[in-house]
Amino acid sequence: MYRKDDTSYFIVDAHVALWDARPENQRNIHGKQFIDCFYDYHRNLSPESEVWTYEEYLYQGGQRLMKDLFDDGYVDHAIFQPAQLGEFYYKGFGQTDEAFELASQHPDKLTYNHNFDPRNGEVGLYQLREDAKKYGLRGVKLYTAEWHGESRGWRLDDPWAYRYFEACRELGIRNIHVHKGPTIRPLDRDAFDVADVDHVASDFTDLNFIVEHCGLPRLEDFCWIATQEPNVYAGLAVAIPFIHTRPKYFAQIMGELLYWIGEDRIFFSSDYALWTPRWLIEAFVDFNIPADLGEYPPITTDQKKKILGLNAAKLYDIPVPAELQLPAADETPVGPRGADNLVGA
Amino acid sequence: MDRYSAAYHALGAVVDPELDEPITDLGFVRSLTVTPSGNVKVHLRLPTSFCSPNFAYLMASDAKDVLAKLDWTRRVVVELDDHHDSAIINAGLASDAGYRGTFGHEADESLDELRETFRRKAHTAAMERCLTGLLRSDPGRTEASVGEVTLGDLPDDDARTALLRRRHALGLSTAPDDLVLVDHTGRNYQPDAVPMALRRARSTRISIDGNAHFCRGLLRTRYGTEATAFVALSAVTIPN
Repeated sequence: MYRKDDTSYFIVDAHVALWDARPENQRNIHGKQFIDCFYDYHRNLSPESEVWTYEEYLYQGGQRLMKDLFDDGYVDHAIFQPAQLGEFYYKGFGQTDEAFELASQHPDKLTYNHNFDPRNGEVGLYQLREDAKKYGLRGVKLYTAEWHGESRGWRLDDPWAYRYFEACRELGIRNIHVHKGPTIRPLDRDAFDVADVDHVASDFTDLNFIVEHCGLPRLEDFCWIATQEPNVYAGLAVAIPFIHTRPKYFAQIMGELLYWIGEDRIFFSSDYALWTPRWLIEAFVDFNIPADLGEYPPITTDQKKKILGLNAAKLYDIPVPAELQLPAADETPVGPRGADNLVGA
Repeated sequence: MDRYSAAYHALGAVVDPELDEPITDLGFVRSLTVTPSGNVKVHLRLPTSFCSPNFAYLMASDAKDVLAKLDWTRRVVVELDDHHDSAIINAGLASDAGYRGTFGHEADESLDELRETFRRKAHTAAMERCLTGLLRSDPGRTEASVGEVTLGDLPDDDARTALLRRRHALGLSTAPDDLVLVDHTGRNYQPDAVPMALRRARSTRISIDGNAHFCRGLLRTRYGTEATAFVALSAVTIPN
């Protein structure tokens, strides 16, 4: 819970990780390149006071995570969204056992989501069923740029992916978190293209598709898809730290998201340990659209409350004190109900 | 212009398609070496190891092409540093293997469609910059009215020059009485569709601007103050 000026904000951090990128876990140069890329994100977008050493960044462990999220970070509930990256790290990047154990010790504070890779075929489908049982899965995190032997990416509308989504439906895995990364076969196409989200969201209307980084670097394509598919959501991982270095750009991202998809489908995420939640939450509550961006209305306190926690709490049935709950807003004027009239616009 | 400056100037024609800016402005040209006999070697660098390999290849192969086209160059070597696909891309460039030869089973046909997608986005963003500029300078103007604005109505500034260049790249006319708000085929919008077209264009512009900021920032974080290939403006005489 975060309190400011007599207002309370219930906080759900919808995207956190417990990773191990230490050299002894790096399978090859790409393991180092990957964490170095993350560390550059961290150094580039964090306020100076929040920058960690490289050593700290390689591995945090459960105790540090609990402190950063819950003791220092105002978070009421956080959701693990682990990336496998088995081709880069011997025991994977996200630490499944450690994270699940932590979530089991603190079920009121932590939810463990797992991942799958449709290129694992029947064996992977069997594994998904086992994992759903073992971890009590409500959601999965999918990274479409995962390498897999000769393949360096997959699409959500691949036929095998559909078999996995059918299994999700059957197993009660409702929340599909999608992280678009580069390198998708064929390389002819835009690697960050989000068109496949459109296809699966139309075909699996009973599943929720949370697009991490709100589709960045293709915000415009994401917004357009999300207007037409009521089961598509925006995760603010990686977008929200721009609040510090590029507040005007962040204002534009928020202005666009609120205009196109509305206040009920946006989720706060620190993307821990890329960044820590404390400063992001403080900055977001204090934030508003700068006066020179007259094309966007101000962000209201209720909108902030929803984004910081109420929206994700609803998707994951996380109990929220009655006095902090808010009713859903109307659809945006460009929202799904009007989408059919906008074809070709 | 000396040969080094000429080579550097030629590289200025290579654009990051996603960011719509020259690789020389973006700081992607790490080093440039020109020998007296006309051999040229270029090292390129990108903001992260995991920048999209198709864009990385496009820029590197374009760099090689523009240098090979200069009438005095002999052997041209372009190498991409510190990228997860450096080995693949550099081997492909060294042997002039082309896109499909470089990426093998990961390549289907060509990168032409990808280029075209981003040429269109660049035009959309340039158009929005001009029109939002008008809206901001005149608060009385309505969004719906921008559908009537012609190229001749725009102030003669950098934003307009950039728009004309993007229209030219798409093969669109650049006459003063042409409407500004058009799609990639030059077709204008019905009055009731104008605000939506402007809003969609705005989200495209924000996306491109945001990516450009982020990429520049990451490059600076990654390489710090390491020098890049550079030519003082005074050394470059741009031919008329």
